[in-house]
Amino acid sequence: MVTVDRTRGRQVFRVVNAVVLTGVVLVTLYPFVNIVARSLSDEFAIRAGKVNLVPVGFTFRTYEFVASDPTFWTNYRNTVVYTVVATAIAMLMTTCYAYVLSKRHLKGRTFLIGVAVFTMFFSGGLIPNYVLISSLGMKDTIWAIVLPNAISVFNLLVMKAFFEGIPAELEEAAAIDGMSTYGILLRIVLPLSKAVIATMVLFYAVSFWNSWFPAFLYMTQSDLFPVTVYLRNLIAGATTGTSVGADATDMTVATNIKAVTMVLTVLPILTIYPFVQRYFVKGVMLGAVKG
Amino acid sequence: MSTTKAIDASPDAGDLRRAGPGPARAHRPPGRTWRQALRRDWQLYSLAILPLLFFVVFRYLPMLGNVIAFRKFRPGGGVLGEEWVGLRYVRMFLGDPSFWHVFTNTVVLGALTLLFCFPMPIVLALLLNELRGRRVKRFVQSVSYLPHFLSMVVVAGLVMELLSVDGPVNQVLRALGDDPIAFLQEAGWFRTIYVSSEMWQTVGWGTIIYLAALTTVDDQLYEAARIDGASRWRQIWHVALPGIRPTAVTLLILNIGTFMAVGFEKVLLLYNPLTYPTADVISTYLYRMGIISNSFSYAAAIGLFEALIGLGLVLSANLISRRTVGTSLW
Repeated sequence: MVTVDRTRGRQVFRVVNAVVLTGVVLVTLYPFVNIVARSLSDEFAIRAGKVNLVPVGFTFRTYEFVASDPTFWTNYRNTVVYTVVATAIAMLMTTCYAYVLSKRHLKGRTFLIGVAVFTMFFSGGLIPNYVLISSLGMKDTIWAIVLPNAISVFNLLVMKAFFEGIPAELEEAAAIDGMSTYGILLRIVLPLSKAVIATMVLFYAVSFWNSWFPAFLYMTQSDLFPVTVYLRNLIAGATTGTSVGADATDMTVATNIKAVTMVLTVLPILTIYPFVQRYFVKGVMLGAVKG
Repeated sequence: MSTTKAIDASPDAGDLRRAGPGPARAHRPPGRTWRQALRRDWQLYSLAILPLLFFVVFRYLPMLGNVIAFRKFRPGGGVLGEEWVGLRYVRMFLGDPSFWHVFTNTVVLGALTLLFCFPMPIVLALLLNELRGRRVKRFVQSVSYLPHFLSMVVVAGLVMELLSVDGPVNQVLRALGDDPIAFLQEAGWFRTIYVSSEMWQTVGWGTIIYLAALTTVDDQLYEAARIDGASRWRQIWHVALPGIRPTAVTLLILNIGTFMAVGFEKVLLLYNPLTYPTADVISTYLYRMGIISNSFSYAAAIGLFEALIGLGLVLSANLISRRTVGTSLW
């Protein structure tokens, strides 16, 4: 009797759980599906409020239209360049500092950690940063985007935790063989850290790919914008290089264009996401175990 | 050359060599003085130079740059302003009704976010943890993490499309016979939109840490609970929840610390003059004051105030949690 009750309770639980989680999946995916449907739909169907889950009046015209805008491609290329350069710099800085911080015997280590961690809780704020970047002459240069966020303290702590887990004997043996600290880092530590390096590269690359505000703040010329700022100007209703006029038809074309630009902006991330997702999770786990 | 290096790089050898015959020095722990430490670890220290330079220039200089909050700043004039004006700008914003308006908006939005977005990942993680099928579990996780990887611009774009007059939400309203609503033009809707899109974006990703904490819960505890006849719900309540409590408290502290820094980027992308009454927050207000209207000193004073409140919140939340639950960040 007791067993029957318990199984029934468990079944109710399982059904409730399945329903809730299915709901979560559907709610999460719905906006993506809707935007893809819009990007492939006829403008009149969108304006009539007919487009929901499947494209209505299937057409690639909007994609062709966006692809014919040279500013879009310039901005897209900018995003790629900014992401690559910024990630490279960030990896160099983060790896070096994390390695230093991972050495427990190092005098002044607590101070060096404190320098980084304090910035998680207190920061200069928008205005002083803006004044700084302006007076360094970095406005309208790539440096305004790639330098001010070269170290994420969270990533730094994740990497430090990983380095601390590498057996000290390996490095000591190399040191006895006469290898310098640089040599040890390059030839012993880094080859053992491929997993964490992959994770960090992904963390940084995604955050730089998605970043828009620094460029929005510091870039004044549209040929320097990343694609996120291009998209921001579209959704904010600003006119871009290709004339988005004021009359009704063009307004609807603009809605299509928004959808297409959004799809193209997230496409690289969606493409690599299934393959790299586990690295992200690993990275967060490392950080969590540490924190 | 290479032998010296080897001795230097190996801590014990280097220390022995320098310790010399004196018994007092021989007992010193390695790296006691800065000189010894520098001689032994100069290569390590050299790796820290660039990162330290980064922190000094891009993190600590702006903190010092906040002195412009106490100086009269003229664009085109000196970087740090022209003359000291003391607390003039602080008094100015404290007497500014618009400031108190955005202050209230910030607190309300921050509180709503905390209230709705903090517990949801815990609930979702507990439900995911109960899933038996591994494949299904991984699929649900993958899908729920996805929004975390989107640019804020894309999130704002999705929100705008979903809520546009021809969007799905208004399609439903129309099907029900209601008039379409221009959601983003109505101040009354902003908080709902902000909080629900925040949930959409953060809930899945937030589960990772809790799921990790749940794997550390001892299986024997579950077994003991089962033998005692506890149902699934009671197992969650009495075994799983206590298991993730330290994690939850830590995250709560972190969330409280960032409470005042409500998603500046998202508000900036989603608000407009029509929704300012509920949407305008401290960070967007100071952005408009500083960057758009060039009142740098006034905006910096507000920014400094906000940052200090943030720091105070983290410190006090940390203190309270150490006193009451015994968990703290440091």
